[in-house]
Formats: sequence, structure tokens, C-alpha cells
Amino acid sequence: MAIVFEKTSVLTDTVMHYCPGCGHGIAHRLVGEVIQEMGLQEKTVGVAPVGCAVFAYRYFNVDMQEAAHGRAPAVATGIKRVLGPESCVFTYQGDGDLASIGTAEIVQAAHRGEKITTVFINNAIYGMTGGQMAPTTLVGQKTTTSPYGRDKDHCGNPIRISEMLATIDGAAYIERVAVNNTANIIKAKKAIRKAFEAQMAGKGFSLVEVLSTCPTNWGKSAVESMEWLEEEMIPYYPLGVYKEV
Amino acid sequence: MAKKLMKGCEAVAEAAIQAGCRFFFGYPITPQNDIPEYMSARMPKVGGCFLQAESEVAAINMVYGAAGAGARVMTSSSSPGISLKMEGISYIAAAELPCVIVNMMRGGPGLGSIQASQGDYFQATKGGGHGDYRMIVYAPASVQEMIDMMQHAFDVADKFRTPVMVLADGIIGQMMEPVEITEGGNVVLPKKDWATTGYKTGERPRSIVNSLYIEVEELEELTNRLQARYREIEETETKVEVYNTEGAEFVLCAYGTVARICKTAIMQLQKQGVKVGLVRPITLWPFPSTAVHDAIVADSVKKALCVEMSAGQMVEDVRLAVDGKKEVAFFGYSGSRVPTAEEIAQRILEMRGA
Repeated sequence: MAIVFEKTSVLTDTVMHYCPGCGHGIAHRLVGEVIQEMGLQEKTVGVAPVGCAVFAYRYFNVDMQEAAHGRAPAVATGIKRVLGPESCVFTYQGDGDLASIGTAEIVQAAHRGEKITTVFINNAIYGMTGGQMAPTTLVGQKTTTSPYGRDKDHCGNPIRISEMLATIDGAAYIERVAVNNTANIIKAKKAIRKAFEAQMAGKGFSLVEVLSTCPTNWGKSAVESMEWLEEEMIPYYPLGVYKEV
Repeated sequence: MAKKLMKGCEAVAEAAIQAGCRFFFGYPITPQNDIPEYMSARMPKVGGCFLQAESEVAAINMVYGAAGAGARVMTSSSSPGISLKMEGISYIAAAELPCVIVNMMRGGPGLGSIQASQGDYFQATKGGGHGDYRMIVYAPASVQEMIDMMQHAFDVADKFRTPVMVLADGIIGQMMEPVEITEGGNVVLPKKDWATTGYKTGERPRSIVNSLYIEVEELEELTNRLQARYREIEETETKVEVYNTEGAEFVLCAYGTVARICKTAIMQLQKQGVKVGLVRPITLWPFPSTAVHDAIVADSVKKALCVEMSAGQMVEDVRLAVDGKKEVAFFGYSGSRVPTAEEIAQRILEMRGA
């Protein structure tokens, strides 16, 4: 029988721990497919974050390092500086990791034009620790640490990472995508490919922000989550290319 | 080779390069800025990489990444900066990565002072970061000794896949002394087949640098492995200088800069007919408990005096080693004031009169 589709070799056979309806699985697959299609599997080192993707080193079938919370861009910097421009180094980080505790590291990696690629999963909440408010949590959104809904006068408006990083000279490619429907998933894959291409061409820092879902901590079904992403997140976090050099 | 006048910070940087270190990540803090400054000039000349990180936190995590990718790598800082690195050091210990960290101690707590101190003994030897780990800690008493330690520090880090700290102070860092630095020649790094250099199927298992062990049994396997390694380090890597203790009436115990001052005090006391010895731990961890015990518990010794530029930190390990068999007094200043040889000699004379 002819094989018409195969799982990418850049993902292991380990069963993922992600919840049903979570966008991480989709994002993992897209990253794996891009690495495989670009022929980079043997040159790639990935850096896993602290957060729901903490076990990413079990799933990506490449050499991996697990970083302390927020420090993945610094760890990736160390790796890339040692292995050199031929290597492919990426970080995979959530919004608590990247947009809260790790803001210094991500901004400075972009500022240095560090030739690494970051896949940034924005699901507007802390997933692994049980649904606390993230810097990306929407105004009015209820979480376990914003039980009355996020109050912008108390803790600010949600942070827009792609817009912010696009202002930095060292950033070569910045795009925001979503994984809520097939069309957007196809666009997300193209964006991830462009980001890796920018790294391998030595252009500078690249990041793809992936709007993703967290049905468990949002208290919604998988289908409701995809709808909420489209109706609530995308209007605040517009999709598109923010930087391309 | 002719001796050369060199400042401690620059000398330790050059010694690291001669020991094969090719990656340095650091952040400015007084009194050790001469290290990153020297590295920024030298590393490009030897095909290495100096990178000024955005913080001490980032610097130690760059060290983590670089060590995980198989490089011989170091960072340096001074007390408040070392506090920031402690999270990373715990991760490096847990991920079984080799690296060298230089701490040119200054006064603390808090911002403290920029003068020399020995207030980081507890932090360096008792953990500092979280969890059940140890770090080999070398305490040089001269610029030359610090130079000579560097090759060994990197080799031991690689051998045991562990972070190693060189714990000096602002005086040793800023002092100029005539020194010799042996040109490195061929530094051969051990094979690091665990490093993340790119996974080629069939050549070796996939490399994962990690400190997360979510299952109790798995974490215990790691900590047992670390503890077994620490026992081996205690057996093979303990270093100590025992000086003038034969028939001594008193024994001083000190490390680093203070140990040198103690030697001057010993000479002064010798002239007054008082025989005093010195036991100087060169490794603060593993602590040379046996040598300290044997020097102090000897029949001729009346009492011991531990001298530190702190409110009394190493003295706890000295007392543990002596186990109540002899009295161990303490003398020191914790505000970055340096005890003088005359003050130390005076203390001994007072103990003799008492």
C-alpha cells in the first residue's frame, strides 16, 4: 500500500502529554515538519522552556536542552555561539516563560540579532501551573489569579510581543499566526519556515508568535476554544508579518 | 620563562585562555571588571568568543548552553552578581555540565561594598542555589596560585561534569604580582559524546541536557549519581596547605588573602618565641577536614584561631572537623575591613595569656 502521509521524523513516537484541544501538538508538528523539509534535523538543537512545553525535549527528535524558566534565549545563545552559523538553534516558549519572566532574555537576544529562531506560544494564560494570569491574558479574562477578570488599571493591558520585538533592529523576521483553523495552520507553517530560513541565512533573530488554545484552563471545550481564539484573541493580537528584512 | 607583573583579574583570564577556555559570558561588576575587559580583547585573537550578557542571570544561562554544546566555558562576577547566578549554577550542577565560575568576593550583604571580603563562603560551599548539589571551590591565596589553579579547575570540571568555582576576593583580583603563566600548548578536551552538537541517527543516542526528573525514582537516580561523584571528589580532590604546625602551640586556620596575613603574623610571633602553625584549605569544598583536625588536635596545640574577612563562616567547618576536641576561637571583620598581622598576633598572645 502506498504511503500518502507520514508523521515527520523530527517528532519522536512519545505520546504527548498535552490536553485535548491544546494547540501545542499542532505547533510541534509544524516545527518538526519545517526542520525536516529544510534538511536541518542533524544540525538542529532545540531549547525547551518551563511551562506546558517543558517536556518538548521528549517530543522533538533532535538534540535538546531544557532551560530554566525564561532563560531559553540565553541558553540558545550559548549553544549557537559554540556550534556556529551552520547550526540551527531554536527555542520553544510559552507566554509565561517568554512574555513575563523571560522578557529581558528575549528582548536582548533580538537586540543582539542572535541567529536563533523562537517559536512563541501565546495562549493568554499560564497552563502548566494551573491557569494563572499571564501578561498576555485579555482584559476581563478570568483566571485563577484574576478571578474577577483582568483589570487593566490594576495590572495593565496585555503585552503585544511581536509588535514590541519588531521595533528592534536585530530582529530579522517577526510574524504572528494562529492555529485555530486549517487556513491559519497552513499560514503558520509558512511563517515558521520563513523564520528558520532567516536564521540559516544569518539575517538575525526570528520569532513566530503562535496564538494557541488552552481549553483546560480557559474552561471551554476544544471547539469553543478555537472560537474564542478567533473572536477574542485575534482582534487584540492581529495576525500578520511585523518584521521582514 | 621570565616573570611578568600582572593584575589578578587579568592573570586569571589569561590562565583560563591557556587552559583552553574559548567561551566567556559575563556582566560588569566591580571589582572584577578587568576579567571581562581582558577577555573581550583576547578571545577574538584566539578564535574564541567573548559576549557581554544582559545580566548575570543571562550570562550563567549562556554558560549552560555553551557547556551543554561541549565547549570549555567560564563566567566571572563578584558577590551580588554571583547571587544572581546561583539559580543557573543549580541547573548546571543538575544537568551535569562542566564550567568554571570565578567569584572576586566583595563586601555584603546587599550591595555591600566594593572592597574585598570573604562573606560568600557559605554561599559557595553550602549550596547557594537550591537543591542537593555541591560545587568544587578553590580558594587561591596569591595571583600565581590562582593562575596555576585554572588549568586544573577546567580539567576537574570536565572530569566530573560539575561546576567549579574559583573563590578569590577583591584584593587578589586587583593586586599585581610577578607571575609566570605557562603557555597552554595542546589542551585536549575529553570526548563529550553527551553534548548537544546535532543528532545524527545511529551515531550516538539523542543528547538531552536537562535537569527535570518528574518521577521520584528518576530524580533519586540523579541525586544518587551526584552524591557518589561528590564522595569521589572528596577522596581525590581535597587540597590543603599545612604550614609550620610541627610542635606548634597554636594553629591558625584561614584561606585566601587572610592566610597570607596569617603567615606574616606567624613570623612576628616566631620572633617572640611563640610557635604558631597554619592550616590553609585550598579547596573549601571538599573541605580538608582530616588535615584541619590533625593539625589542631595535635598534642602540642593549646588552641586554634580561625581568621576570616567575615563574621565567621568557615569557622563552623573547622569546629565540625575538630569535633570539640580543642577550642577553636574566631577573629575577623565582616565589613570588608582587612585584619592585620599585628591584630592576629595580638589575639594569639591574648589566648596564650588567658
